[in-house]
Amino acid sequence: MSAADHHAHPNPHADGHHDDHEGSHGSLRDYLIGFILSAVLTAIPFWLVMSGAIADKQATALVIMAFAVVQIVVHMIYFLHMNTKSENGWTVMALIFTIIIVVIALSGSLWVMYHLNHNMMPMMSHDMGQVP
Amino acid sequence: MEAVVHNHWSPLLGRLWWDAIPTEPIVLVTFVIVAIGAAAVLGALTYFRLWGYLWKEWFTSVDHKKIGIMYMVLGLIMFARGFADAIMMRLQQAMAFGGNEGYLNAHHYDQIFTAHGVIMIFFAAMPFVTGLMNYVVPLQIGARDVSFPFLNNFSFWMTASGAALVMTSLFLGEFGQTGWLAYPPLSNLAYSPWVGVDYWIWSLQVAGVGTLLSGVNLIATIVKMRAPGMTMMRMPVFTWTALCTNILIVAAFPVLTAVLCMLSLDRYLGFDFFTNDFGGNAMMYVNLIWIWGHPEVYILILPLFGVFSEVTATFSGKRLFGYTSMVYATMVITILSYIVWLHHFFTMGSGASVNSFFGITTMVISIPTGAKLFNWLFTMYRGRIRFELPMMWTVAFMLTFTIGGMTGVLLAVPPADFVLHNSLFLIAHFHNVIIGGVVFGTFAGINYWWPKAFGYKLDPFWGKVSFWSWVVGFYLAFMPLYVLGLMGVTRRMRVFDDPSLQIWFVIAAIGAVLIAVGIAAMFVQFGVSIMKRDQLRDETGDPWGGRTLEWSTSSPPPAYNFAVTPIVHDIDAWEDMKRCGVQRPTSGFRPIHMPKNTATGVVLAGLSAVLGFAMIWYIWWLAAAAFAGILGYAIAHTFNYKRDYHIPAETVVETEDARTRQLAAAGA
Repeated sequence: MSAADHHAHPNPHADGHHDDHEGSHGSLRDYLIGFILSAVLTAIPFWLVMSGAIADKQATALVIMAFAVVQIVVHMIYFLHMNTKSENGWTVMALIFTIIIVVIALSGSLWVMYHLNHNMMPMMSHDMGQVP
Repeated sequence: MEAVVHNHWSPLLGRLWWDAIPTEPIVLVTFVIVAIGAAAVLGALTYFRLWGYLWKEWFTSVDHKKIGIMYMVLGLIMFARGFADAIMMRLQQAMAFGGNEGYLNAHHYDQIFTAHGVIMIFFAAMPFVTGLMNYVVPLQIGARDVSFPFLNNFSFWMTASGAALVMTSLFLGEFGQTGWLAYPPLSNLAYSPWVGVDYWIWSLQVAGVGTLLSGVNLIATIVKMRAPGMTMMRMPVFTWTALCTNILIVAAFPVLTAVLCMLSLDRYLGFDFFTNDFGGNAMMYVNLIWIWGHPEVYILILPLFGVFSEVTATFSGKRLFGYTSMVYATMVITILSYIVWLHHFFTMGSGASVNSFFGITTMVISIPTGAKLFNWLFTMYRGRIRFELPMMWTVAFMLTFTIGGMTGVLLAVPPADFVLHNSLFLIAHFHNVIIGGVVFGTFAGINYWWPKAFGYKLDPFWGKVSFWSWVVGFYLAFMPLYVLGLMGVTRRMRVFDDPSLQIWFVIAAIGAVLIAVGIAAMFVQFGVSIMKRDQLRDETGDPWGGRTLEWSTSSPPPAYNFAVTPIVHDIDAWEDMKRCGVQRPTSGFRPIHMPKNTATGVVLAGLSAVLGFAMIWYIWWLAAAAFAGILGYAIAHTFNYKRDYHIPAETVVETEDARTRQLAAAGA
């Protein structure tokens, strides 16, 4: 719906407005770099699991997580064309807000569920007096 | 009633069979009444040949004003349904003492309290809030529509489809009997085997798409389409609260969608996210759903805080006191609403450190909220207050909401919550804030913006009848619940043993009857106002001495809202223009580029309702067909390039000249 709708929307001051079209579509080079980086960043974790290069499974999982985070950043830069200036900084603001919310929800859930498991799962705790 | 086993399944109709039609007399009578009413409405529409008009001018419209009004109509209809549930509960609880079973059996009663909660939150309060934002925000920021007009229409119809699914459950099958948030393990297949919980899941999933997309739409509108000169710190407070609400929607609703998906996987494919076996953990469901649920509370109330801000400033004839602090208070509430969710389950056993953290964050929220209240009071202080209906609702809100807020702070203290959790005290608390805040705010908003939407004011006499019935009825209905809750009466009870409690429930039932009078008076008010519209007519477009841009247009505004985009120099832009004597431009109009109406929203949302219905009843072929239909139609729609047209300059000139004559005649 993007192209046609964008022109159809009744923005009374679309012309001469600070629309930053120049920054919003990447070049072929950007897409290629993004694609290659993504492919490499996917291939390495795959290889790690298949070859078992790191003996410790938990360490492997952590390394894969790290690659996933890098992958997210690559996507944001090369495919979503995010930088600190696009849309007058609104995209960065939205990103920061998203990260805050995700961190709150994930860490909060882990914290809460850890306590609940500790206190409420009968096999795990016999003494309710020692709740954390 | 003994449990009925429904285990019929056929490839053609799935679980749908004769036993899906309810046999309880109350439901049958309701069905007959609704059927007669629907036949009358449909017949009247056909007789007066209104189908074409409704379809062309309303259902397929992408005009944010019409969509906003349709949201309000949907909200009012569902509000009436939700209230019918409420008064049935009040009657049951007032009767069922000392061996009297009341008139509702357990299966029916459990559906009623579930449906009441779901309908009031998702299909009454949410459409009210979205409707007000849809109508007002583009006008307040000097825009001609929202950023994505078609998406707006689609969002509305998705919400309406969800509501239609809930209504279907009344006459075909059953609704959930789980309480409005359907906690597992009760909502798992083992304990809720038939269609009730599935109706709940699919109505919320379908409506949730609409809510999420309308959130995206309004954020984009507010961020990108403000009139020149309207910096963020010059936005009207209602627009600010709308922005924060929609940010909350976009951040919170995906969590609800994910939780519902996991519950669906448990119910449909035998997963074990929330079951009692194989590592499932029902506590995780409670945790996740409240990560959505608490922001949802603020999604509902924030826009109404905006309404009260506009109303207070307008009817006190003063600039809002503490605009900046109001904006920051709104932002702080937005963030804080994400770190309080555990207060909904203090008693689940998290322990002292977790409970005290969430108890303190909850109490902290009362600080920005209190700051807002003082801002409103200081706005009124030494103002020239006119007690018109919107202002009356606002004052009622300030008194009522403060009581609700204080009982909320009581509940935020974990040791107190261990006594009051799941009691009628909690019920009284959240009705106190939701009715005192969201409902009163919606009525303030309706009375305030009705003249803008239709060109005439609402009748004050019937408005006052409604107001006093509502306010007195509210206190009669809910103050007894505080008392009962402190005595330890739990929520969702169908029968009671202790006869000394009955008097409180009788008082509450009388209060509910008064509220019913208030609702009836409101509909009478609408009817009387429509009949007397020529006496109540407002020609100026600014009947209240408004301060924000929506009052600079005619009432109702033309399809394009503003013939010339206004330029903003101050916070209360229209007040500023009036003070500086800015002249309305009367010439030099250019053709206006507008989006065309489209049926795609109706079709896609209709197919989504069919998909939901098929999934509820396990009619797999129909679900597959509906899904394919949605995909196919959506793809086909992308090839439709004829989406826009121009309103010719002559039409604009005609409309604006008519407005000039109207203003001259009104002597403005």
